[in-house]
Amino acid sequence: MLVAHLDPLAASIFSLMAIASLLLAFVMLGSRWLNNYLYAFAAESWVIAALSAAVGLYGHYPELYVIAILTALFRGLLLPYLIWRIIGRLNVAREIHEMLQPSSTLVAGAVCVLFALVVSYHIGQSLGLAGTAAVLALTIMLSMKLIGFLMLSVRHEALSQILGLLVLENGIFLGAQILVPGMPTLIEIVILFDLLVVVACFGVLVRYLITHVGSTSSLDLNKLVG
Amino acid sequence: MTGALLLIMMIAPAVAVAGCLLIRTPRVAEGLNLAASIVVFATAIPLTVLSADGPTHYLADYVVVDMTGAWVLLCTAIVYLLASIYSIGYMRLLGEDERLWGFYALFSGFALTILLSSVMNNAGLYWIAIELTTLVSTFLVGFERAAESIEAAWKYIIIISAGISLALLGTVLFYWCGSFVLGPTYDMTWDTLRAAAPKMNQALAALAYFLVLVGYGTKVGLAPMHSWLPDAHSESPAPISAMLSGALLNSAMLGIVRYLTIADAAQNTHLARATLVAFGVFSLVVGALFIVRQSGIKRLMAYSSVEHMGVVALGFGFGGPLGVAGALYHMINHSLNKSLMFFGAGNVMRSYGSKEIRSIRDVWTRFPVQGALWLAGAAAITGAPPFGLFLSELVILRAGLAHGYDWAVYAMAVLLIVIFIGFLNHFRAMYFDADAGARDRSKPISRWCVTPMWLAMAPLLVFGVWWPNGLWDHFMTAARALTGSTP
Repeated sequence: MLVAHLDPLAASIFSLMAIASLLLAFVMLGSRWLNNYLYAFAAESWVIAALSAAVGLYGHYPELYVIAILTALFRGLLLPYLIWRIIGRLNVAREIHEMLQPSSTLVAGAVCVLFALVVSYHIGQSLGLAGTAAVLALTIMLSMKLIGFLMLSVRHEALSQILGLLVLENGIFLGAQILVPGMPTLIEIVILFDLLVVVACFGVLVRYLITHVGSTSSLDLNKLVG
Repeated sequence: MTGALLLIMMIAPAVAVAGCLLIRTPRVAEGLNLAASIVVFATAIPLTVLSADGPTHYLADYVVVDMTGAWVLLCTAIVYLLASIYSIGYMRLLGEDERLWGFYALFSGFALTILLSSVMNNAGLYWIAIELTTLVSTFLVGFERAAESIEAAWKYIIIISAGISLALLGTVLFYWCGSFVLGPTYDMTWDTLRAAAPKMNQALAALAYFLVLVGYGTKVGLAPMHSWLPDAHSESPAPISAMLSGALLNSAMLGIVRYLTIADAAQNTHLARATLVAFGVFSLVVGALFIVRQSGIKRLMAYSSVEHMGVVALGFGFGGPLGVAGALYHMINHSLNKSLMFFGAGNVMRSYGSKEIRSIRDVWTRFPVQGALWLAGAAAITGAPPFGLFLSELVILRAGLAHGYDWAVYAMAVLLIVIFIGFLNHFRAMYFDADAGARDRSKPISRWCVTPMWLAMAPLLVFGVWWPNGLWDHFMTAARALTGSTP
């Protein structure tokens, strides 16, 4: 198991990158401008790509270099480009009706991280891994998951919801790099492609939303109830 | 033999997709899709029979045909065939001839992804196949392009993607669990996981199982993750509603069942089963509440799907040979019956020009034959004898009593009675209440739209009164393969 016996330098590099991406998730959570969201997401993807490369280097998994390059290309360039095009099609630049102010959302996000920490601490103890990078990775994986759900539930703009989903995926991908670096490459590559298709589908749907519903805010999607 | 059949089964819809994309003519697309569905159905029956000889693996263990998987294939094939026949009549009514090739390309693609997901032997690939079913069906849900359809499609893809990402997290955590036993790199097949499960860390395996259960449970439509289901089922064209309800939900249930056996092997049996049973009961509660107060005809059918998926979850949750047999049997009965109900609802909706139950009146006098068929289907879906669902629900109730889930059995019995009354009350109103408007708005229904209703009704009635021995043996073998126990 890689994380259990890492040398201190590698462990601190991994931790640093993991924390950096959590921080970027908070940047997304605290901003209301769609463009800032997108930049934070792209930066987060680059951090994850760097993390893949670092894990490949220290854990001697050469196939992770391929994953790192693909992550940088897909998640770091292509996805942001696709989303940037979707933004261009919208006539909204920011969230207009927030259910929670960005500041209160940040507090809620912090609570999510605390909860994730408690869960992973217990899991880490029962695995005998307390105090290793594994606990941190698990914490960040779970907290990015919760933050993604928080974004999905307090934001109404179609684009914020797409980005919320992508944060969910980023969290899993990040955790998987540290916890299970040996995961078959095929699966990881297919998941990357899958993500691309998902975003393309969202792009088409956003266009339908604009033409047929006339709004991209989920607040206006209220016809179907009961 | 199995391999050849499986290959033909997968190639047929793929050819239909390619054909529809190349020859963009509505009539050709209809024919291609129908031909593909006939081929799929014709291969599904021998596959189901052959699967009893034990699982067969292909493509370096990435593909497996086992009994439960083959059973889901059969359910999918049946619904695909019925829906293909039905859609020929129904889609012509929509007047969207120029986009129809796209519809049929997506339709066969949707069937293909569902079929693929049922034979995936790798937990990661299974996840991807399920994700693909969502992506393809989103555009089918939104096919009518009304504001409501697009709203339903949007909710569908957002809720399912969020839910399914939980399943991905659970899958990764299961992989991590396994890596303590099997080393950092291994192929995550169901068998390897099950073999490694006894040595897995219990707490981590339980966490991973919960994530997977909630994730795929979203796709199955178990309450409280069902919120996408009534919207998507009610706003998509009727043949797609039938596919979503009769085929898609089963294929996601298959994932839950496979993880359940892993959780069993990891000595989390009690916790895992109790959670599944709790989700099942809660689905029944939600189904019952919304069925009683429902005003839309297709939403009524959708909540009935929530209810029946709850019943299937209860069957698998109770476990044991009886529970598994009942659940598998219930799957196929529900597939047949819900297709019939959605077809009837589609016909009625088109001829009255409304989705509201209160504007559908006097069905009895306007459609004597088809109306009788639909009413019989309504009696069947609420679990009245002498139809298949009565038998399967009874078997599941017995399984619950045999495994000490008395509270769930009593709750299930009471809720089924509530649903019976609530559901049939809507039908009473539609059939026997006088039509206040009394205008003759009804349009004729084509034969394409009625034939599949007969085709669905016949086996439902036959299996209700006569449960062949061979079928029972088949279920018992399947149950043994799943639970690893002897009946």
